[in-house]
Parts: sequence; C-alpha cells; structure tokens
Amino acid sequence: MTSTIVAILATLGALFVLLAAVGIVRMPDTYLRISVTTKAATLGVGLLLLAVAIYFQELSTTTRAMIILVFLFMTAPVSAHLIGRASYFIGIRLWKNSVMDDLEGKYQRNSHVLKSETDDTPEDNVRHRDNEDDFL
Amino acid sequence: MTLEDYLYYIILPILMLAIILIFYRFLKGPSIADKIIALDLLITTGIGVISIYTIVTTKSTLLDVAMILALIAFLSTVALSYYLEKRNRK
Repeated sequence: MTSTIVAILATLGALFVLLAAVGIVRMPDTYLRISVTTKAATLGVGLLLLAVAIYFQELSTTTRAMIILVFLFMTAPVSAHLIGRASYFIGIRLWKNSVMDDLEGKYQRNSHVLKSETDDTPEDNVRHRDNEDDFL
Repeated sequence: MTLEDYLYYIILPILMLAIILIFYRFLKGPSIADKIIALDLLITTGIGVISIYTIVTTKSTLLDVAMILALIAFLSTVALSYYLEKRNRK
C-alpha cells in the first residue's frame, strides 16, 4: 500500500519536472519561462519530497523532507519575482504576440520606483514598446 | 518489479531527460536572465534526483544535501538578480 502511493507520487512528480523542462525549452519569452519554473517545477519537486516523506515513516526523515518542501514553497515566488523584475529593468522584451504589458511606463528608469500613474515624468519611465501599436 | 527497481529504471531516466533539456536552455539561453532561470531549475531538479536516491539507497542522510542545495539555489538567484538590477544603475 505504501509502495503504491510512493510510486504514484514519484511518477506524478517526475512528469511535472519533465513538463517544466519541456516548457523552459519551448516557451518563447523570458517571463513565460519564469512562470514555468516557479509553478511546474516546484510542484514536481514537492511531490517527489512528499514521496520521500511517505516512504520513510519516521519522524526525523519526514520532518527534514517537510522542511525542504516548505522552504521551496516559500522561496520560489520570491526568487521568481526578483529575477522577473531585474529582467524587466535590463530591457528584455516581451514576446511579440503578447497582448498587454501592465507595467508599461510605470517603473522609473533611474530610481527603480514603481508608480501607479504614468504621466508625471514620462521620459524616465521604462518602456519596451517603440510605437503605440507594435511590440518589438 | 519492486519499488526500488521502478524508481531506478523509470523515474530517474525521466529526471535525467529533464536535466538534459534544461541544460540545453542553460547553454543556449539568449539573455543572461534565461541562464539564471535555467540554473535555478537545474538545482531544483537536483533536489528531486537526491530525493529519489534517498528512497533507492534508504540513506536518509542524503536529504541534508538537498536542504543545502535549496538554500544555495535561493541565495544565488537573489544575488544574481540583485547584481543584474544594480549593474547599469547610474
């Protein structure tokens, strides 16, 4: 019974990790790759660690696996947000078929402050779009 | 087929295939942010491989290595993105 549950959890986890790997190769954009990394891979590794925690039914090993799981679930959104913010500042373009950019013109280029209005100092804003109509 | 055989001959090759695909993106990645993301994902997949090895060899001490790797992945991503953001700042 225990080995069946462990096998099912390990299979699901490995498939999610493989899905994340296919996604990071096939996605057309840096931001979409960040999305794949922070969702599918964290879920896959979380399932693998849950399989370890069920296989060893003793307190010390299960506690260690759960600590790693909680740490991964806490740090994955933080690191994804930091790398996404940094790649927006260094000028990485969105995919050319992206339909909207919510952050357009709201980050200040020099002070790195996020503003909710776009019209106070428009020459300092980070803009990735050249014309009004086209994404490059 | 026992559980250890299943994990060793089916689950570990799937994870190896995933590592090869991520390493392709790590080598190719058009910008440096892609390489940082691929490095983070490589270390996270390494944690999964270590957890499968823990079941196969029944040595639960290996989980300590996975804990240190999770810490290193988070700290390296934070440090590299901080460096990227501050690099061109006037």
